[in-house]
Amino acid sequence: MFRWILGGRDAQRAVENSVLSIGEEQPTNWFTELQVLKGHFDIVRFLVQIDDLRFASAGDDGLVLVWNIETGEKLLEMRGHSQQITAMATLTRVSRDTPHTSLVTASSDRSLSLWDPDTGNRVQTISDLQSSVKCLLVLERLSVWLSGGTELCVWNIDFQLQCQQQNHSDTGITALVELPKSCIAAAMDKEIVIYRLTADLPLTLTQVRCLSDHQDNVRTLIPVNDGLFASGSHVGELILWDASDWNILAYEHILWEESQADAQSEIRLGSPKPCEMSIQHLTTNGTLILAAVGSGLYVYSVLTKTVVAYRRAAHDSNILHTMLLSDSELMSCSEDGSVRIWEMQDLPLPAEAASPGFFGMWSFGRSSKQAELPSRKITEVPNIRTLELTGDLIGHSGAVQMFLSFSERGVVTCSTDHLMILWKNAERQSHLRSLELFRKLEAGPPAVDW
Amino acid sequence: MIGSPDVVALTREDENGEANADPLALPDEFAVPLYPYANSNPWAKTAYAKFTKDFILISEFSEQVGPQPLLTIPDDPKVCGTFDLNYFSLRIMSVDYQASFVGHPPGSGYPRLSFVEDSRVVLGDSKEGAFAYVHHLTLYDLEARGFVRPFCMAYVSADERKIMMQFEELTQRFSQASECLKTGNRRAFAKELQRKLQDLEYTRSVLRKEEGLQREAAPPGIFSTHVVEKANELANVEKSIYEHRDLLSQISSYPGRPRRDPHAAPCPRCLTECLGEYEGLLERYATLDNALRPDCAHRVQAAEGQNGERRGGEAGNEEEEEEEEEEGVGRRPSYTPQLIKAKSPKCFDKRLKTLTELCDQAFHEATLDLLKGTERLFSGDLCYQYSRRLDKALRRKQQITNFLFEEDLGESVMGEWETARPVCALNHAGDVPRPTRPPPVVLCPLALELDALEPLEPSDPASAMGLGQASDLRPGRSRLESSPSDQTLETSEDTKCSFSSDRSAEEPIDRDQSLASVRSEPADPDMVFDPDLTPDQDHDMDPERRSTSEGTETTAGEDEAENGGDQTPVSLQEDHAPLGVGPGEGEGERRGGGAQMGPGSSLVQIDTACCMAQDAFLYEASIADAESDPGLHGSRPPTPPSAVVSQEPHASLPLQGDYAVGSPQSETPAVGLDLLPGPFKEPASRGGAADDGSDCTVSASAGSARAGSPPCYGGVMTLRQRKKAGQGALKFVRQYPFALQALWCLLSGRTLVVLGSEEGRVRRLVSALALFVPGPGTCGERVQAWLTSPFTLADLHRWKLIGLQRVPSPLGSCMLHSLSRYSRYISVLDADQKTLRCPPYRGTLLANMADHRTSLRRGSTYFLHVQSTLGGLASKAFLLAFTHHLHLPVGPGEGPEAVEARRRGFLQEQLGLGPQDGQILLYLSRLITQQYLQPGAAPPSFCCSYTSSLLYKI
Repeated sequence: MFRWILGGRDAQRAVENSVLSIGEEQPTNWFTELQVLKGHFDIVRFLVQIDDLRFASAGDDGLVLVWNIETGEKLLEMRGHSQQITAMATLTRVSRDTPHTSLVTASSDRSLSLWDPDTGNRVQTISDLQSSVKCLLVLERLSVWLSGGTELCVWNIDFQLQCQQQNHSDTGITALVELPKSCIAAAMDKEIVIYRLTADLPLTLTQVRCLSDHQDNVRTLIPVNDGLFASGSHVGELILWDASDWNILAYEHILWEESQADAQSEIRLGSPKPCEMSIQHLTTNGTLILAAVGSGLYVYSVLTKTVVAYRRAAHDSNILHTMLLSDSELMSCSEDGSVRIWEMQDLPLPAEAASPGFFGMWSFGRSSKQAELPSRKITEVPNIRTLELTGDLIGHSGAVQMFLSFSERGVVTCSTDHLMILWKNAERQSHLRSLELFRKLEAGPPAVDW
Repeated sequence: MIGSPDVVALTREDENGEANADPLALPDEFAVPLYPYANSNPWAKTAYAKFTKDFILISEFSEQVGPQPLLTIPDDPKVCGTFDLNYFSLRIMSVDYQASFVGHPPGSGYPRLSFVEDSRVVLGDSKEGAFAYVHHLTLYDLEARGFVRPFCMAYVSADERKIMMQFEELTQRFSQASECLKTGNRRAFAKELQRKLQDLEYTRSVLRKEEGLQREAAPPGIFSTHVVEKANELANVEKSIYEHRDLLSQISSYPGRPRRDPHAAPCPRCLTECLGEYEGLLERYATLDNALRPDCAHRVQAAEGQNGERRGGEAGNEEEEEEEEEEGVGRRPSYTPQLIKAKSPKCFDKRLKTLTELCDQAFHEATLDLLKGTERLFSGDLCYQYSRRLDKALRRKQQITNFLFEEDLGESVMGEWETARPVCALNHAGDVPRPTRPPPVVLCPLALELDALEPLEPSDPASAMGLGQASDLRPGRSRLESSPSDQTLETSEDTKCSFSSDRSAEEPIDRDQSLASVRSEPADPDMVFDPDLTPDQDHDMDPERRSTSEGTETTAGEDEAENGGDQTPVSLQEDHAPLGVGPGEGEGERRGGGAQMGPGSSLVQIDTACCMAQDAFLYEASIADAESDPGLHGSRPPTPPSAVVSQEPHASLPLQGDYAVGSPQSETPAVGLDLLPGPFKEPASRGGAADDGSDCTVSASAGSARAGSPPCYGGVMTLRQRKKAGQGALKFVRQYPFALQALWCLLSGRTLVVLGSEEGRVRRLVSALALFVPGPGTCGERVQAWLTSPFTLADLHRWKLIGLQRVPSPLGSCMLHSLSRYSRYISVLDADQKTLRCPPYRGTLLANMADHRTSLRRGSTYFLHVQSTLGGLASKAFLLAFTHHLHLPVGPGEGPEAVEARRRGFLQEQLGLGPQDGQILLYLSRLITQQYLQPGAAPPSFCCSYTSSLLYKI
């Protein structure tokens, strides 16, 4: 495990202060049609895909809305929660060979609800919980689902409490992941607690292990692949765990630099705030882990256990959600209200990687100060690639909380400005409209004669 | 969009008639026919008129002073100038052919109300240079002689063609007005009768009391003269009561009476209301003394029974309405009966009621409004109306693209077919369904039998009675239908032929012609295309109307003969034989069938002979007729023949109706480009609640003297405003070298923000540029003229053109922030610094519209220029949107790239457009597609392109 300290102070500042902007010329940005979805009255925080065509949104106004991705229509409005919604998940059960997806929502009013997104009915409700639920985890294999808050509860598919586990942490469980062999990892403060769920009835939950290797609060916890899960902490530690024996496979501490070192010259900056290196969000596609660290982006390869690409200041403020669109494309949204699309690009001339020009490539128009970059850092990470901004989606006037991709159908973003925006490909939409047009013409009156 | 009328007026048709040589030429139904009177001097005809513009004159034949003018519309002495209204009133009142029968018909003890149909006459006074459409009508007045007051409304114009060519529409509009007046008059009359009856009842009761006293006072068996006098007086009063009651029953029978005037279809709601009211009155007064008079009671019972019958057969709402009405009668401020002297109700020394008193105030006002609208509608030169109609006809064919740049047609569509539909002036129009056909009426001396044969209207007490024994109980009433006025309608036809002073010489010729060529040609568009006017109703029109249509028919028949049967004249009526059949055959059959159906077909032919015989200038079809009518039309050249488009019956069928001047607009929209399944049609007609007069703006701003801006409903951009905007746009184009880019932004769907600190300037700029906003919405809702708060992304959806206030900080910085934040979606025109920030435009398409050095000087000309260019764009976009292979793969193996390439090829090679010009078309076609698809609840979407912008400076 090495400490990865990047760059000199000046270079950092240069990057930090640079207003990263791609300009208006974005030839590869295909999100050329947008639709503003109105319906919420407060911050929209959660987006969940229901099926190929529908998604649900929820937020601080306690509303759960179901939308059609193709038309942008609001299909249903599900009211029931009196306070903000804290977690939302889909629950799919198979009845008569047809899967039926429902929505489970948890709210600050200490209730849990099950919704039918076809009818908008509130199928089940559990209220008067001891605490509000912060995260939900559905174990489809076991037909149960878990809710994590101050206590960890296991519910069956019919909303019956199977067992529950009290814990004594103040913050409660902030994240849950499913592990092999009926195990569950729950993030609590600085620890990750592994529980085992007995398969035979009645279900019981037993704490197996407590991993306390993080220095600070664990912010995110994700499963990477069958054998791995990853966690990120508030101070920028990224730990890769073995999913079956819960050993640390890799430890990466993303820390920009010791600010105290040259505090005498840069006192006004002070030390980097913890949030600047807090791992806000982790995503993975099994081989790559994308970490949102403060306002920066890091792509970590599980195979080589190294950072393969990074961008120190990818956004103007904290990144809230990220996604790997493909092996080389990724997307991030941030409190600055923008969504950015990045592409990992190989360096055109790896041999010159040590030259100052290297940094000049990824910081726009800021080549003048790059010369001071210590070249040793570069040589330490020879495989590094660049994260190239290929487009940005600007529309929200508040922080973009989350986005949801429907691949070629488009992307939905939700924001603190109470809006959601559906970003689509205008060409595709135009094609679809034409299809519909000619379908309608065919179905039209026989007098159509043009 | 089709062109400036003043250009049209001066165009000359080509002599060599090679119109069809060009294979690429538009099919006729899309072509704009040239103004047919191109050769006539448009300024000559009003030279000797003593008035400056058309007006409507309302006159009455006063029984005290004779014909007198009552009012003119517009009510402006300048309009009439030195024109002698008194003399002209005399003229127009002297051609009253209503043939009202007055007095006691033989065999009836009571005075009869004569129910007369309106008559319509066109009258010319060449000395005065005045021509008039004269519409006579009769109102009822209890104090007038024979209870009737003859009135007439005349549309006076210096241009006889204008009247003749628009005879149908004038007829419709004036019929509406007349119907409105008469409805109000009947109500007022019934009220008057009611009052009178109350008086009489009161008087009778007083007299009875006095008589009783006297009788008691006098010794028994001896009748003093006083007693005898009183008894006589009492008898007189009672007789008078009967008379008035009878009048009441007569007037109440009026609404249900079969009408022979196809235009006089009253508003059904008014009708039922009136009916209810009348019945309330009838019952009330019939029951006052039925205890005293058994015979009377019998009668009342009969009447009630009949009413009951009628009611029984009807829906319950009728009853409710009646109850309401009865309540209304009860609620009315109680009238204090006055003692009246036993005297005949006819008074000659009294002041006659004014027109307002004769009709209900509301009805009177409504009528005046209608007439004002009519005046506005018909004002201006004929050629404006002609081009306006063409414009409308063309636009009606482009319903799919109209929303892009055309003024909302909804209103004018309403204006057109409003006339063909019973419209109640009291705004009952909204909930009145258009009756599928006017009540069939047959003009025949044996009207009584025919009445019984007719399909009965449920709400028609008269016809219900006609079936039953009620006719025996009330012989007078059924006599009403066959009252001598019917006969006079027939017998007076010969006199009616004196259509105009200087025309009578032509009559014999025309009569022969028309007899010879009766029903050979379906020239009359309303006969063919108006679903309401089925052929058999043709016979039922009163002679004037009939003569117009028949006249057209006959002349068109001649055309056919002259042209060898395969050529039809280019005219307002256009090709009227699109069915691939020889012109007239199919139609002739149809009409022939209609003629056989009608029992009065022989009569019709006689009528054909006896008519105004002014076919030559009734319709354009008669132009070719000029030789046979040398005195009038010798100067006009025969119009070149046009090919008959035979393969597109759908497209060209309605065209006739659309193009024909003076035809009632067929309700069926032009099917030619009518791709609309269902809901699409609605917006067009929905938007049309505006007043019927406001589409006069064409003629108004195109040179007529009439000023006064039309009312603007809810921010609807009227044409006038758009013309004003034309001036502004011209100014903008001349002033700003980057106008081209600004226009391109608007046309390619990029929101343009006009930023400025001075509200007036920004608003002016916005209203000028609003011309170029595609699909601005019926109320211009895609344009925001003045915005003082920062806009959001949703606003960019809503508005395509925004006037934004530049305010000093700190709010201003917030605004500028939103400007820069959304800079990729917008173009910013800075009105203060005169800069434009937008993507570069290098196309050529807009160059001729935004020519910095344009030599156009007049705003209206520029407006029309822009409109025609935009119209061209819209039709190209239509083509793009509805061409299948430009959007969808033709074969299974074709990918989207091939389609894309084909579309690009289409834009570049076939339309010759560069990529940026192509963007305009793509955007327009996208709008068309969206409009056509009418997405329901889905929020709107907008496109953007990620291209960088440049800053243009002046």
